[in-house]
Amino acid sequence: MSEALTAGKAGGEASVTDSDVLSASISLQPIRRPWGSIAPARLAALQIRLTILEQAKRAGVGHVGSALSVADIIAALYAGGMDVADPDAPNRDRLVLSKGHAALALYAALHQRGWLTREELDTYCGDGSLLGVHPEHRLRGIDFSTGSLGHGLAMGAGAALAARLQGSSRRVFVLLSDGECNEGSVWESAMFAAHQELSNLIVLIDMNGQQALGYTRHVLDLEPMDRRWDAFGWDAQVVDGHDVGAMLDAIDRLDPVTGPPHVLVARTTFGRGVSFMENQIRWHYFPMSDQEYERAVDEVRAAE
Amino acid sequence: MRRAFVQELAEIAERDARILLITGDLGFSVVEPFADRHPDRFFNAGVAEQNMVGLATGLAESGFIPFVYSIATFAALRPYEFVRNGPVLHQLPVRIVGTGGAFDYGTAGPTHHALEDVGIMRMQPGLAVICPADAQQTTSALHATWDLPGPIYFRVGKDETTCVAGLDGRFRLGGAELVRDGTDLLLLTTGSIAADTVAAAEALAGEGVSCAVLVVATLNPPPVEELEGALARFPVAVSVESHYVTGGLGSLAAEVIAEAGLRCRLSRCGVRRGSEGISGSEGWLAAQHGLSVEGLMSSAREALAQGCLTS
Ligand SMILES: Cc1ncc(C[n+]2csc(CCOP(=O)(O)OP(=O)(O)O)c2C)c(N)n1
Ligand SMILES: [Mg+2]
Repeated sequence: MSEALTAGKAGGEASVTDSDVLSASISLQPIRRPWGSIAPARLAALQIRLTILEQAKRAGVGHVGSALSVADIIAALYAGGMDVADPDAPNRDRLVLSKGHAALALYAALHQRGWLTREELDTYCGDGSLLGVHPEHRLRGIDFSTGSLGHGLAMGAGAALAARLQGSSRRVFVLLSDGECNEGSVWESAMFAAHQELSNLIVLIDMNGQQALGYTRHVLDLEPMDRRWDAFGWDAQVVDGHDVGAMLDAIDRLDPVTGPPHVLVARTTFGRGVSFMENQIRWHYFPMSDQEYERAVDEVRAAE
Repeated sequence: MRRAFVQELAEIAERDARILLITGDLGFSVVEPFADRHPDRFFNAGVAEQNMVGLATGLAESGFIPFVYSIATFAALRPYEFVRNGPVLHQLPVRIVGTGGAFDYGTAGPTHHALEDVGIMRMQPGLAVICPADAQQTTSALHATWDLPGPIYFRVGKDETTCVAGLDGRFRLGGAELVRDGTDLLLLTTGSIAADTVAAAEALAGEGVSCAVLVVATLNPPPVEELEGALARFPVAVSVESHYVTGGLGSLAAEVIAEAGLRCRLSRCGVRRGSEGISGSEGWLAAQHGLSVEGLMSSAREALAQGCLTS
């Protein structure tokens, strides 16, 4: 953990970091909501946020708001929502991070699970690293390279169909952004998945209300999002994308064996957790100054 | 270059009401000069590039001159068939503006690296393909072509400041510009790597190797006669482009040499390997593919060492 992150903590350098605690506890857990409590997932979300800030600052890159927006969704998936006990198990659940520009949130979760080492994480956006701005399928635990919006759901539907054809119980999760739903390809896949009744396909939409050049309601109005998916034949529901407990409950209740594919329309706040980033278009782009970084870390820590 | 492009477009739009700018939800801190001055002629089509090109086709058919804007991969590749069956088939004045060639979006990775855009666009008959070398040439290229009756693909880089020495913004559609003369070797180049090509030529001059540099900003219509004339003067030529070696400038040069039966050995500098998933800065990635100034210099030396064709 960086000096800046540990500096404010009592105990300082030698203290056991959140990240150590989490990777130890989480990687020992068996599958699917093992704790009977949402506390570990909440802690995972906190740690994901801190890692996002730390690594974005270290690498001097942007997309911070986009990653913070999905920190709780990713935490819910990796700390209970998905069966991801073993990255190499052929029948573990799959995640397609279709909004690939939030890869940093995913790397943070993979690090927590122990699939990415600290050293690997610290190469984020460096020359010669596999950890770029967008996810790379050559990384352990990542199945699909993304970065071109509108591609992920098609690959996810294919992976869900493959699971069914192979008689596997694995589920495929696809995380879409709301701006991404502008792409016609998303709706082509939506029709196919519903027609094929891919019950093992679970889409989460990061409904943060903004895209690269404006707020979605000003660019292309997407509402009512849940009813659109419903009309396409999906099992659609709205969830609070920052309430990990609610998301875990919702995922638990989905039927992955029979019936239509599922979509959780997750209401989120872009930049969630850092007040000056929330709902600000420019935080799609800007790297943080030293001051901004410190404020951001303080706010995220104080929230817990 | 992209900022220079939008600035100039905003100027031209002042004089011609047919100009429209449509973005695929990109261009933060780039498109504002146009959007602010011509809010009624600026549209964000959302993250929907196929639709954007289809819309532009319909608009052009009714007399408008729509410019559609996105990152080069998303502007050129995602809607490619809509380009083919739209502005190309109908011969309409749609302008596709792709920003950032090759590794301009370095750490963003392979989905953002346009390495075949020029090649696929060059294959379409009647589609002009323009890759300006610097901001000044971007401005003059737009100035010279905005009201062309047929469609255009522009590949514009992100560098706004670097100037290609000796170019002075010169541009002719279907032409090529000699920015430096020499006697030993001809360097052909296009797009934003032109500056590094000139830098390599300058450094090679220090070693006693005299290189001419020809900047080919128009890939279509190809400047066949000018290329023939230049290639006929040299026993060895090296093409330099931030693109796959197949399909772009190197391929064009090879076609010209073969079809004119020239006695010139061509060596092509460009990207030869597919993505290995490795991320990095623009400069680092370019160097990995032999496209740094040093890489270009050693390719030029090797080409010279191999020598000319024997009879
Ligand atoms: C096909 C395609 N077009 C354009 C882009 C460029 N781009 C990256 S993110 C983005 C939109 C951002 O909005 P949203 O998708 O809602 O993500 P958020 O910032 O809310 O995380 C765009 C247009 C892309 N990555 N892929
Ligand atoms: Mg969004």
